[in-house]
Formats: sequence, structure tokens, C-alpha cells
Amino acid sequence: MQMLAYLIPISLFLGGLGLAAFFWALRSNQFEDPDGDGQRFLADDWDDKPKP
Amino acid sequence: MSGAISTTASGCPACVAAPPAGQIADAGKKRVDDAAEISLSLPTIHCAGCISTVERVLNGTQGVLDARVNLSLKRVRVRAGDGLTAETLVRILEGAGYEAHELDAGQLTATQTDRAGRDLLMRLAVAGFAMMNVMLLSVAVWSGAEAATRDLFHWISAAIALPTIAFSAQPFYSNAWAAVSARRLNMDVPISLAILLAAAMSLYETTQSGHHAYFDAALSLTFFLLAGRYLDHRTRAVARSAAQELAALEVPRAEFILTDGNTEKRPVAALSPGDKIRVRPGGRIPADGVIASGTSDIDRSLLTGETMPVLAQQGQKVSAGEVNLTGPLDITVSAAGRDSSLSRMAELVAASEGGRNRYTSLADWAARIYAPGVHLLALFAFVGWLWAAGDVRLALNIAVAVLIITCPCALGLAVPAVTTAASGRLFRKGMLIKDGTALERLAEIDTVVFDKTGTLTQGAPKPTNLSDHTPSQLAVAAALAAQSSHPMAQALAAAIAERGIQPAALSDIREVPGHGVQAILGKDVVRLGRAEWLGATAGENSATWLQIGSAAAAEFTFSDSLRHGAREAVAELVRQGKDVHLVSGDARAPVQAMARSLGISSWHAATLPEEKAAFVRALSDDGHKVLMVGDGLNDTAALAAAHVSLSPASALDAARVAADIVLLGQSLAPLGDAAATARKATRRILENFAIAAAYNAVAIPVALLGFATPLAAALAMSASSITVSLNALRLR
Repeated sequence: MQMLAYLIPISLFLGGLGLAAFFWALRSNQFEDPDGDGQRFLADDWDDKPKP
Repeated sequence: MSGAISTTASGCPACVAAPPAGQIADAGKKRVDDAAEISLSLPTIHCAGCISTVERVLNGTQGVLDARVNLSLKRVRVRAGDGLTAETLVRILEGAGYEAHELDAGQLTATQTDRAGRDLLMRLAVAGFAMMNVMLLSVAVWSGAEAATRDLFHWISAAIALPTIAFSAQPFYSNAWAAVSARRLNMDVPISLAILLAAAMSLYETTQSGHHAYFDAALSLTFFLLAGRYLDHRTRAVARSAAQELAALEVPRAEFILTDGNTEKRPVAALSPGDKIRVRPGGRIPADGVIASGTSDIDRSLLTGETMPVLAQQGQKVSAGEVNLTGPLDITVSAAGRDSSLSRMAELVAASEGGRNRYTSLADWAARIYAPGVHLLALFAFVGWLWAAGDVRLALNIAVAVLIITCPCALGLAVPAVTTAASGRLFRKGMLIKDGTALERLAEIDTVVFDKTGTLTQGAPKPTNLSDHTPSQLAVAAALAAQSSHPMAQALAAAIAERGIQPAALSDIREVPGHGVQAILGKDVVRLGRAEWLGATAGENSATWLQIGSAAAAEFTFSDSLRHGAREAVAELVRQGKDVHLVSGDARAPVQAMARSLGISSWHAATLPEEKAAFVRALSDDGHKVLMVGDGLNDTAALAAAHVSLSPASALDAARVAADIVLLGQSLAPLGDAAATARKATRRILENFAIAAAYNAVAIPVALLGFATPLAAALAMSASSITVSLNALRLR
């Protein structure tokens, strides 16, 4: 049962990390253009070198 | 960024041209517009290739700082330097093979960041996170955790649940509070009560080392209901943003009257006090001002609620947002700019949307029966058990269990899940549902009334016999036609202008709605309009007639083509057993020909606007539910009178405001499918209510008898919510 003292906080922390990541994504407009994001990776632009 | 802008201030031509009054504030705004953003609508883009071509072309253009395509909205946002106008970019994109239209930035701001939606999504995410964690802990309790372990798990659950409930369920509390303070009951009252009571009771049970805590139930209730709320919001946000895009496509341009008497279209944002503008019939007055010349009727219903139009004459004050109905007005602007007119216009649209709520939606109807029922049931459980067992804690426990288990998880999802699926399906087919209850009303229709010109036809008539008339007749006709927004008049004016004929100078120009336009030329009265009005005999063709003085009226004939999909739409509606009527202001012969070719047996020609509305009202009084499809100023009254109304995107602004559904594409073909989808959607909603009721029929007796456990509540709640959502998805 001693395990629980570690596992519960760890699971909450990891879940919280996911939540924080979602908040960040939401705030930085990552969900503005879902269709465009789905298409953009098919484009050949910047395949040879990263966009400056 | 603001620093960079202020250094370029003196180079901005708009500032130099700005009048001295209020120049600092005005100039500041104009500069931000110039340097900041241009939005263009790109209706034809669809793939990765389109995105990169558009961005490459725009980024390669001199003066463009940054261009970013949004494929979901089919839009590109360009940050451009000074001197680069939207027209230039549209030309460049058209050169690259993409259709582009300028969008008015002022109309779009609201859609760019959907704050309310983001807020709901945030609360939904927190509720989901908390629900999953508490559920995890609850599984341990359900599978047999005992004594100290159970208490520890309950305490951890409380630590997660209480802040979450305080944060995530706020929308319900505020709605419930608003309802209660207005002495009403809505769905949010039992929801808030169930969530709060469940949390309070679970906390008490935890402190007493009780067996049952309902933290997971309170959280899943919050989560599922927020999901329903979010879906509802998304549907409305999509409709609103598409409606705003339609509005933004007509970049509000006012017709400036230049010193030489000609007019030039300029953006409304560039208006300043003292400018003279012309407002045509059917147009909304863009700024506050005083009428300098012209006589007309003005519809102020959006502003004051007066339904009768008022007479507008020289010297009278007019306000932004009023709709000019009959004659062209020249207005001297007294107050303009973003601060007054545009912001007020936004409020107007919201007000007109709120004013249409005469129909009780299925959701309201369910809430009205449901909310008091739940409260009475919980009270009954509490009193009953108090009387039977004499134990307040036990009685309260059971009452709360009843409240939780009856709480409308499935009911909360029943309507939004279906409307989201149905509106999404119709949106993909090119129909925009403007009003939340429009789908339900559309499902009830048994009669369809079509307008002809601009609705069943393309609305782009071409004059066919210009060569039969003398240049002086053409000059008068052009001057008269230029004053009307009727499609025939516009086509006539454009066709005559193409021949290089200057319009004649007329005075006292007045549009007589439903009849035509008349004016004074020297000593003669000149009139352009309907044959009956001029005392001529209407021929076989669509035509407008011109009469100069007492001379015989001359006929201008037009041809118009059938709108794409009109035949299929009518055939499909007839197949579905609807009565189809054709009501047009046009002459007898073309209406009859059109009705015959489409297989419509009931048709009425040469109807006036009031007669159209009266026709629709008479049908309604006979117990019919009427769908009115129309596009013009003369249809507006009929659109508002009908049970549900539809207009094409090309319709006049006034008609589009009155319509519940806007057809975005050119084709009418989706109409038949829309009626079928709406009926299916209503059936799904009722099925969903039945599922929720069936689940309650099992759960309520169990809860009333005191056998409900948190596990049973969680299972029943999830099962019913998922069933309801899956049932809604069958629509897609």
C-alpha cells in the first residue's frame, strides 16, 4: 500500500501535465485551422531545410 | 508594432485627407487598418497545393509582411505594409488562378477569437481531467477498498472534485441563478442543485467515513453536460461565423456623393461627419445623419420595435441601422466611424436574432416538464424516507441520489448532439442554419412558397431589346433604373452604361415599391416599372416599361435563366407531399411558363409585397406550416410571416436578416434534402428523449427505494449519454 503514496501523486502530476499542454495549445491558437494543419504537412515547401 | 506604425504616420495618405475634427483618433484607427490586416475569402481553395501557392504568391508580393492561409475558414490573413490594398491582392490572386473576395475586417473581429467557446473548452478539459482521475480512484473503492484506504481515496477525490466543480460548472450556476432570480425554472436549476448537493453530501459522508461518495457522479455530470453545451455553442459559432463572413463579403461601402454629382463607393469606415452619402432602397443606412434630399419610408423596427415604416423627408434625422425602403436618400452624415455605427450594427443583429423566439423549442418544452418533476420527486423521496425511517442523513442521501440519477445527462446531450450533426450535414451541402429552432420548424412544414425572380431564377436578367429604343429613352431609363436595387433595373442600368450612354438628369426620383421608379424630367413625369402601373398591357415576356410624359409606354424585355437545382428541389418537395406555390411580382405569362415547366400547379402572378405576406398568413391561418423561400425586399414581409424562411446568399440584406436559413451555394437542390434531414433530426431528438425517459423509468424506482449506489449512477449516466450521442451520429 506504500506504493500509493507515490503512484497517486505521480498519476495526478502526469495528468496535470497533459492538461497544462492542452491549455497551452488552446491559448496559442493550435486549433484555429484543423483542416489546414491536416493538409499542410503534405506540402513540399521547406522539406529540404527548415523555415527560417 | 505600434512603434513602427507611429513612425510611418506622416506618410499615410488617409491621414492627410482626414478632416480636422477628431483627426487624431480617426487617423490612429486608419493607420492601424492600413498596416495591420487584410482578410480575403478564398472560396475555391481545398488542398495543400492551394495553401502553398497562395502563400508563396502573397509572400512574394512587394509590401506583404506575412500571409497565412486558414483552410478551415477558407480565408487568408495578410499583414501588409502601407499602400497595399485588398483590391491589389485580389487581382494578384486571381492572376494565380484563385477566386478571392475582400472581407471587411470590422465584421470579422468577433470570429477570430471565439472567447466563449475557448472558455467552455477550458472548463470541459478541466472537468474531463478531474472526472477521469476521480473515476480511477472510485474504481478502487467500488472493487472493495475498505476503511482507511477508502477514506483516503474519498479525500483525494474531494481535493480534485471540489475545485473542479467550483470552476467547471460555473456556466450552469450563472444560468440557474439568472432563471431563479427571474422566478423561472430551467434545465440548469436541477443541474446546479444536483452538482452542488452531490458535492456537499459527499464531503459530509467523507468526513463521517461513509461508504458512498458521489464525487465521480458530480464530475461526470459536469463533463457530459459541458460537452453538450460546447457542441451547442460550436454549432451556433459556425453559423454565426459563416453569417458574419456573408456580411463581411459585402464590405460595407457607402455611396459617397462627389461634388460633380457622381457617386463613388468607399468603405463605411472612411466616413466622417459632413460627408454626403446616397442610400438605395433595401439598403441599411450606414451612419447617423440628416436627410439632405429625397423622400422615402424607413423601417425602424430594428431600432424601436415600431412595425409600421415611417415617412422620411428632407431635414429629418436618421440613424445607422435603419432600413431605407422605397426611395433613394441623400444623407449628410452627422456621426460616423467605428465607435457609433459599426458597434451599434452588431448589437442590432443580436437584437433581431433574439426577437424571433416565438417558437418553443423541444429542449425548452422538455425542460419545462422536467425541472419541476425532478424537484418534486427529490422532495417526495426526502419527506417519504424521513417519515418512514426518521433518519435525516439517510433521507437526504436518498433524495440526493434521486436528484443525481434523474439529472438530465442524456437530456442535456439529446438536443445539441442532434442539431450539431444535422447542421453540420446541411452546412456541408451549403445551407446555413441561422436560428437554433429553425431545424425543428423546418421539420414541420407541409407547404412551400417560392418567390420567382432571384430565387427560382438566377436573378441576373439580361435586357434583350435595347436596340429597339432611342438613345434619349435609354438615357432616361438608365437614370431611373440606377435608383433601384431591383435586379431588372440594375441589369438595365448596367447594360445601358455599357453602351456609353450618359444617364439623363432627373429630379424627384422615388421608388414606389412593388410598382417601379418615377421621376420628373423637365415638366414630364417619367416612370419605369410594372406594366399595370403605367397603363400598358403586359406581354408574354418578363419586361419593365418606360413611360415619358403622356407618350405610350415602351417595353424593355428581359430573359432570365432557371437557377441551378430548382427543378430537382421542386420535384423532391412535391415527392415528399408538400404543397408547392409560386408567388411572384412578375407578369402573368413568365410566371405561368415557369410554374408549368417546374410542375407547380398553384401560382400567383403580379402580387404586391403585402399580398405575398397576406398569402403566407392566410395559409398559416388555415393550419399550414409554411416554408417561404425568397430573396427580395418584396419578400421580406412574407419571410417574416412564414413558419420558417430561407433565402439565397445573394439575397438583399433585409431579406437575409429575416430568413432563418441561408443557402450559401448557387444551387437550390439541397432544399428537398434539408426538409428530409430536418424531419429526421426531429425524430432523433424525440428518440433521444425517449431513451432518457426509459433510463429514468428504470433508475428512478431504484433510487427512490434507496438501492442506488455511486457505481449504478455512473454506469447509467455513461450508458445513456453514449446511447444518445450515437443515436445522434446516425444522422451524419
